[in-house]
Amino acid sequence: MVDPAPAESTQKRWGHLKKVLERPGPFSHPEFEPSSEILDFIMTSCKILVIGAGGLGCELLKDLALMGFKQIHVIDMDTIDLSNLNRQFLFRHKDIGSSKAEIAAAFINKRISGCQVTPHYCKIQDYDEGFYRQFHIIVCGLDSIVARRWINSMLVSMLNYEDGVLDQQTVIPLVDGGTEGFKGNARVILPGMSACIDCTLDLYPPQVNYPLCTIANTPRLPEHCIEYVKIIQWPKENPFNMSLDGDDSQHISWIYEKSLERSLQFNIPGVTYRLVQGVVKHIIPAVASTNAVIAGVCATEVFKIATSCCIPMNNYMVFNDVDGIYTYTYEAEKKDTCLVCSQVPQVLEINDPYKMKLKQLIQLLTESALYQMKSPGLTTVIDGKNKTLYMSMIKSIEERTRDNLNKTLVELGLKDGQEILVADVTSPCTLVFSLKFLINDVDMK
Amino acid sequence: MSSPAPKSPEQSDKSKKYDRQLRLWGDHGQKLVENSKVCLINATALGTEILKSLVLPGIGSFTIVDGEKITEEDLGSNFFLENDSLGMSRAQVATQSLLELNPDVRGDYIDESPEHVMSHTQDFFSNFSVVVATALPEKVLIPLSRHLWDSNVPLVVCRSIGFLGYIRLQIKEHTVIEGHPDNENPDLRLDKPWPALKEHLDSINVATLDPKARSHVPPIIIVPCQKPERRKTFLRRMIRESPIPDESGVKVLEENFEEAIHYVNTCVSPIRIPPNVQAILDDDSCFAFLGHVLALRELVQAEEALPVRGSLPDMAADTETSSGTGGAGVQEGFANSEDLGMTEDAISENEVKLVCKHASELHVIRGKCIADEYQHTNLDLSSYLEDPDSLMFYYVILRGLERFISEFNTYPGQLDDHVEPDVLKLKSIIGKLMSEWSCSHQLRDERVHEVCRYGGCGIALGFSDFGWLCSSRGY
Repeated sequence: MVDPAPAESTQKRWGHLKKVLERPGPFSHPEFEPSSEILDFIMTSCKILVIGAGGLGCELLKDLALMGFKQIHVIDMDTIDLSNLNRQFLFRHKDIGSSKAEIAAAFINKRISGCQVTPHYCKIQDYDEGFYRQFHIIVCGLDSIVARRWINSMLVSMLNYEDGVLDQQTVIPLVDGGTEGFKGNARVILPGMSACIDCTLDLYPPQVNYPLCTIANTPRLPEHCIEYVKIIQWPKENPFNMSLDGDDSQHISWIYEKSLERSLQFNIPGVTYRLVQGVVKHIIPAVASTNAVIAGVCATEVFKIATSCCIPMNNYMVFNDVDGIYTYTYEAEKKDTCLVCSQVPQVLEINDPYKMKLKQLIQLLTESALYQMKSPGLTTVIDGKNKTLYMSMIKSIEERTRDNLNKTLVELGLKDGQEILVADVTSPCTLVFSLKFLINDVDMK
Repeated sequence: MSSPAPKSPEQSDKSKKYDRQLRLWGDHGQKLVENSKVCLINATALGTEILKSLVLPGIGSFTIVDGEKITEEDLGSNFFLENDSLGMSRAQVATQSLLELNPDVRGDYIDESPEHVMSHTQDFFSNFSVVVATALPEKVLIPLSRHLWDSNVPLVVCRSIGFLGYIRLQIKEHTVIEGHPDNENPDLRLDKPWPALKEHLDSINVATLDPKARSHVPPIIIVPCQKPERRKTFLRRMIRESPIPDESGVKVLEENFEEAIHYVNTCVSPIRIPPNVQAILDDDSCFAFLGHVLALRELVQAEEALPVRGSLPDMAADTETSSGTGGAGVQEGFANSEDLGMTEDAISENEVKLVCKHASELHVIRGKCIADEYQHTNLDLSSYLEDPDSLMFYYVILRGLERFISEFNTYPGQLDDHVEPDVLKLKSIIGKLMSEWSCSHQLRDERVHEVCRYGGCGIALGFSDFGWLCSSRGY
């Protein structure tokens, strides 16, 4: 037998990690057995996926690479913008316009020798479960709730149950971080075992929607003026013959000028270019330090899960340094009736199917805090035949099914107990809802 | 002739680059950040991470003081040291790679130990807006702390070890005018209206308005425009039922009346001076904004209230009524602020407006001198240590750790075969500290053991520093 070359994990450079991995500790995980093999595992076999190469993503890649992980993939559909440079420290002015994932991966690979970050310049939705199955742990640094829900739902759909018992081999832990200004949160999700993103959907604040009549008739806030121009004036005047693009400075300038005009008309102070941009693009304020803290916590959790050297966080941490520094960790609870991870059929209670129209059913799916869907498409089976009730994503189908919106559930032929299949951008899978009519005298007359 | 259409302002590259943070601290805050000069002592992994979070948002300049040469372990934990820099000056290499992050920031370094700099260049450290020290042994920390305390320069001390870490802020006095609070209570002086406002309130009679006009009365004045003696009855009726039925006789509560209930507490209850501000007004010791405070005190004595902030909460009302109310408030507020300016010529009008607008957010933070605390022997920690929920034991362990590093010039557990003996040494050091503090409590052994397991390892934890946060909000 030939002696193998000394493994990189024996190098002095990794002395910091070896201390926590090769020494026992009173607070380590009960199953932790200190050994030099753990660092070998991290360096050679452990595969991590980082979703998002933005403020959190750049930090996560740096932290994970310094913690010895070498098989890292990063996925991001965005390109680099000037406004990223105040925190996304792997990017320079010359990189503007290039893929975030590609530039970030190249930077890390150059700075930390031996690290192999693989970039994916695309959407998470472009890959199927075959791609996601290859990873040991997935960590998210996203600014989109829809994308979070999608990957969460994907990981839940990959779980295997045998006789109702979860096969733990199919669990891929998800570590999720998020920031907004000086506030942030980090959480550890074991799909099928602990609270998932959809279990705690009500934590996300509802979107601010101004009533249309206020915007149109009695504006009081500068935001009302901006919304008016965006929602009403833009489609009417269509100044550039295209839909509004928040990244186009000509578009923003047009909105700014029209909003200012409207605000002067109503004597409302406070319309600024910055505010216009913020309202049109739904900009979330961001600083380097909060991202560093949250990414640090997330990367530490990935390290703890991968090595068992300490007990992972259980399971949701909030952080706020607006005024001093405040953190708090608590256990978010798994929801028995969770839309995504509960394995309990979803029941929609319908008060009066003679009165309720399809559009109201759709409204329930989009507006209820329990579902928060974006543009659900509904299909069902009637008399053994598939029937599309409504689908807005594909133009021809939308036109064909538009008339159904104003029909009542009874007119559409739906019955008590009817199963409705719902597809939405918040999940890669079709969700099954069954209707429960509370007035149960629906029979075909 | 109509006025020309408004034109978009040119957006500078700088305001585009800093857009996401300007939304937090505004242009004024950014200016304060850009005027700050930061000194970092020791370019450890923690130190460079802190500086990174300051260079990116655009501080004016930084200086790194560090006499160490780069080791292999540095390369394994510090992202800002390149692979081929083994053996080179840590201060120099870190300065170069940090400067790449932001061309707007200036940076230099001194390749000498902090002890050396302190003993050879008097007052070197007192030229900075803030000094950040990482991995600094007690024997250097204590004189530095004393020096900076006397020169009134904030000092941030931090260390990370394994999964533990601490940040200490030493600041004599830090004053905040623009607090950027998350939630503001509206301050509209409705409890003590000035004449124009009183007249406005008296002119409204909710009972006689037609339904449309009634639904447009700003919610915050629905209750205050009732005669004081009738308010209680009015409110009680309003909560139970709409006070006035609509044309078809149905009693519904309009949106603005709903909101009025919500605003009752904030609008009708007397506006008090917040305790943080009262404390400032009652205090005669030296303040950075003493002039403002003296003037403010005089105004408060005359008016029995702080200047009106001059901003309105959003509420359901028509445009005209709501801007009418706001206009009156703002004008009156600034009339007050002119009184304030009269008493102190040295303060510019803009500053006066700033203080008036943020009078209820004024804040003073006063800290303690770290050197005093370290040399103090009668800390009373017993009650904390006996409380099972208190985290004070971390303080004791970290103080023990610092003492260990000073005495043995190494971390406990640095070497693999020293873990057990170092546990004993650290325990005896902690025992000594506790008896210095006349504290009889026994720490749990495993906590001491865990620190020795870390052996001074630096794990790539993102650390942020809130020193700059203060500088952005400070005055």
